[in-house]
Amino acid sequence: MKQYFSELYTGGKSLVEGLGVTMKALFSPIVTVQYPREEIDITPNYRGHIDLILDTGKNTYLCISCGMCEKSCPSDCIKVKGKKMEGEKKKSLVLFDLDFTKCSLCGTCVEVCPKDALEYSQEYNLAAFTKEAFHFDILKRLEERRI
Amino acid sequence: METISILPPELIRMVIAVIIIISFLFLNAIMMGYAERKIAGHVQRRPGPMEVGSHGILQMIVDGVKLVGKELLIPFNVDRTLFRVAPLLSFTPVILPLLVIPFSEKLQARDLNLGLIFIVTMGSVNVMALLVGGWGSNNKYSMFGAMRAVAQSIAYEIPILLSLLAVVLMCNTFSLKEIVAAQQNIWFVFLQPVAFLIYVVAGLAETNRNPFDLPEAESELTAGFHTEYSGMGFSLFFIGEYTNMFIVASVATVLFLGGWHGPHLPYGEYLGVVWFFLKVYLLLFLMIMVRWTYPRVRFDQLLNFAWKYLVPFSLVNLLITAVLVKL
Amino acid sequence: MLESEYQEQNRFFLNMGPQHPSTHGVLLIVLEMEGEYVLDPQPVLGFIHRMHEKMGESRPCQGFMPNTARMDYVCALPYNHGYVSLIERKAGIEVPKRAEYIRVITSELNRVASHLLWLGAYLLDLGAFTPILYGFDDREHILDILERITGSRLTYCYYRFGGVYKDVDDKFIEATRAFIKRMRKRYVIYEKLVTKNIIFIKRAENIGIVSPDMALRYGMTGPNLRGSGIAYDVRKNEPYSVYPEFDFEIPVGEQGDCLDRYMVRVQEIEQSLRIIEQALDRLPDGPVRSKVKKNIKLTPGDCNFAVEAARGELSYYLVGDGTSTPYRLKVRVPSYSNLSCLPELGRGILLPDLVSILGSFDLVIPEMDR
Ligand code: SF4
Ligand code: SF4
Repeated sequence: MKQYFSELYTGGKSLVEGLGVTMKALFSPIVTVQYPREEIDITPNYRGHIDLILDTGKNTYLCISCGMCEKSCPSDCIKVKGKKMEGEKKKSLVLFDLDFTKCSLCGTCVEVCPKDALEYSQEYNLAAFTKEAFHFDILKRLEERRI
Repeated sequence: METISILPPELIRMVIAVIIIISFLFLNAIMMGYAERKIAGHVQRRPGPMEVGSHGILQMIVDGVKLVGKELLIPFNVDRTLFRVAPLLSFTPVILPLLVIPFSEKLQARDLNLGLIFIVTMGSVNVMALLVGGWGSNNKYSMFGAMRAVAQSIAYEIPILLSLLAVVLMCNTFSLKEIVAAQQNIWFVFLQPVAFLIYVVAGLAETNRNPFDLPEAESELTAGFHTEYSGMGFSLFFIGEYTNMFIVASVATVLFLGGWHGPHLPYGEYLGVVWFFLKVYLLLFLMIMVRWTYPRVRFDQLLNFAWKYLVPFSLVNLLITAVLVKL
Repeated sequence: MLESEYQEQNRFFLNMGPQHPSTHGVLLIVLEMEGEYVLDPQPVLGFIHRMHEKMGESRPCQGFMPNTARMDYVCALPYNHGYVSLIERKAGIEVPKRAEYIRVITSELNRVASHLLWLGAYLLDLGAFTPILYGFDDREHILDILERITGSRLTYCYYRFGGVYKDVDDKFIEATRAFIKRMRKRYVIYEKLVTKNIIFIKRAENIGIVSPDMALRYGMTGPNLRGSGIAYDVRKNEPYSVYPEFDFEIPVGEQGDCLDRYMVRVQEIEQSLRIIEQALDRLPDGPVRSKVKKNIKLTPGDCNFAVEAARGELSYYLVGDGTSTPYRLKVRVPSYSNLSCLPELGRGILLPDLVSILGSFDLVIPEMDR
């Protein structure tokens, strides 16, 4: 009999306390952000898909088309092709494609590159209706940034 | 003009009242839906609906339009008649109790001298809807929901009746108007606090609200009795649920919280409705807060609670009331 | 009518999942039921099998790193940790002290995040909608901290053979300390809202009692085993990394019901915070990555490495054949063994209790199926 009433008392008390917590939360400021209207700054360390680094001095990429990134990518999503242009010593890039549908953002390609020619982009707003939209032409993205 | 004069004025009054009440039903469902989502949002430290209209105020209307516009899917192998009847069955009986509720001294469609009994009866019909819907859906989850609804309402109707009876004993009438009038000086919640608490708890169970939302318990039964419903069928259940909540809250207001009584207002016999609605929505606010705070009880615990705590307490309460009143 | 026939008629099968709100992913449980009583629950796995082990066997060992995080996405860093330590043990790679400390800090942060998510999800199973959002609020702080150094929010690929990918900075240390302070203040909310709540206690107490003997028979590990009163924790019993240097306790339960498993996890959050605090205090200076050959040769022979993930003991087993590609890679994941006792545990209980038990096991389905 005693337990019957004590259970009622402690139980009731715990329920009222719980209600107190939610009541307090009801009048506390919200903690979320209305995403497309407000945006939180993303950390500069964010690892998006890869991009070629633009060497501002030479106004071109650093890549020497050695193909290390292509070989070491665990998901086989990079395609690099270089060609020796006439009158130039180095090979120049003719193709640098990334199949982002398969990329696991592991960062192997960035670390393996002998010339440190790759970086992570800051793009996180990626959404599209087709698979092909995620086949990025990294070389073209670089051309666009060129001055 | 002639045709109208043939009709008895009483009938015209009833027709107008029904029209007002039905439109109020939809308004109430929209308001409650919005309030529930907003409160839930702020309880969880997020803003809730924000996009449609200022602070999402039109959200429920847009949702309603979407639901009406949806195809009424009837799954293969269901009992078609029952499946279609169930939403109507949940919607219709909730209109009727509103006809006898005295919103203020003069705003009442019809004062039945058995008003309270009428409301309780109509409340039980609602369970039929859940049973029919769950049975007709031919889905095991719906079936569970329906069975739970029936057992739950049997267990909870008794304490509800007993707690209401305590009030009836005190004022010797079933007419809601007279019950409110009897609270001119002191609200019954102060004379009958136990009955009030029992009624509120049992009312939560009666309306299938968390923590007693077993018939729809979504983490166990996906959506319980309305698993198979979509579009208009679903929204009728939805409106029915909110109206049911409104009725439970208004009965609590009428019986315990003094109905239209409150500080004096001009045209008191009509404007008492302000106090009435204030009290009702305060109770509804409490119900919403409860929903967003507690986990769900288990089925046998629910029944245990009803038989072990609510029924004995209300019986003892009734006994004491009877003895005190008749002395 | 024969009695057995009568019984046959009353029994029916209920497919719970693969799309059910409380199986947390694509798990199917075929329930044989009579009324609301479960007679025989049989889990059906494999809906999200992705051949992770085979993938590990078909590419050089570096290539498997991103996969580790995809097995258990809720608590990815210990999975990283197990794999890098395995290769380091196999190839004899030295890891700088600072890197080990960073690994411990980030792993423990990840463990706290995982437990917070579990707490919310469990309460969601029991029908409370609000705690999960509070859990997410706290967890978000951890994810922000980890995002700043690892660069991703969920499927981390942060550890490297011989160290970690990026050093931590003062801001990280500051943010972590701030989080610890905040988290300790939040305990009282969880206690009032959940731990003391009578409805919650009634739903968890004396439900799904796993006896110590049964836990051992099924090879349960992690909080589920500790809930049954057996103080087994890989961090203590088979110490790895720099865990022996820290002072922490292993919370255990008494009788192994859902409430004990809950309490163990909640207490583990505090223990993890203690470890993080100590590690931050003693964080040594130095490099975070030692020089490692590009092409790691895995010597012939086998090798095993176990770590304590949020869900229990995770162990990697690897057989090398002299090339850089493993000949055989086997991952022993905790959730699989934890779930395997369900058919025995779930006999003759109510459906809501089954939901409660499933929730209290903290299952991550992609981890089980791999
Ligand atoms: S991040 Fe990893 S998966 Fe993506 S392209 Fe680079 S190496 Fe390939
Ligand atoms: S590894 Fe670096 S230099 Fe070589 S192809 Fe890739 S990006 Fe170019």
